[in-house]
Amino acid sequence: MNKQRPKHLSLHLIRLPLPGIVSILHRASGALLFLTLPLLLWMLQCSLLSIETYSELIDNLHRPASKIFLLMVLWAFMHHFCAGLRYLAVDMHWISDLASARNSSKVVIAVSLALTIFAGVKLW
Amino acid sequence: MVNRVVTGAHYGLRDWLTQRITAVLMAAYLVALAGYLLIQPYLDYDVWTALFSNQIVRTVTLLFLLGMFYHAWVGMRDIVMDYVKLAGVRLVIHVLVILALILYAIWSVEILWGM
Repeated sequence: MNKQRPKHLSLHLIRLPLPGIVSILHRASGALLFLTLPLLLWMLQCSLLSIETYSELIDNLHRPASKIFLLMVLWAFMHHFCAGLRYLAVDMHWISDLASARNSSKVVIAVSLALTIFAGVKLW
Repeated sequence: MVNRVVTGAHYGLRDWLTQRITAVLMAAYLVALAGYLLIQPYLDYDVWTALFSNQIVRTVTLLFLLGMFYHAWVGMRDIVMDYVKLAGVRLVIHVLVILALILYAIWSVEILWGM
């Protein structure tokens, strides 16, 4: 059997539904968080080691480039966190029909953005 | 019911469950930490280091980090298994991820107990 079926594997042809977008962003944010792990551990070390390394870290984090980078990591974390909680709810069968799958995806995107802004405001 | 022999490495269910258990424990730790930091009237070096001088906080933080490293391993392994088709390249990436995570675990102990 070798039927000529259309293969929609071109990324620009695939229109992901909202839960699909939340899902792929959960992967992407997880991979990004893994890649930033050494930087985050280094920041934790600087913050604890001595008052000098602590002050130096705070100064570095106040640079515009650091702020943009930190906001990106914060968003990745908040999205990964919220989307992860949504998956736990899915596993508990609290989300099972299409409407609640879509609505909860909207909530994940909105809450993770709101938490990122809140954390950003709190940090500076 | 079909009588069949199930084959495979059998780590699927275990890792699926581990991923969720570590997620719940990490979420609890982070919510508690964020809550503690948010109720502090001011946050400076002294408040921050006083928190991490506590042996219980250090131990729980190390458990959080180790849980996170295992969680990261399961996640990265799944991503690499899905997208990297060449077995050799996949093996190399898996080894690098494992080595990095083991180094991070050793480093975490140094950070928490070397301050």
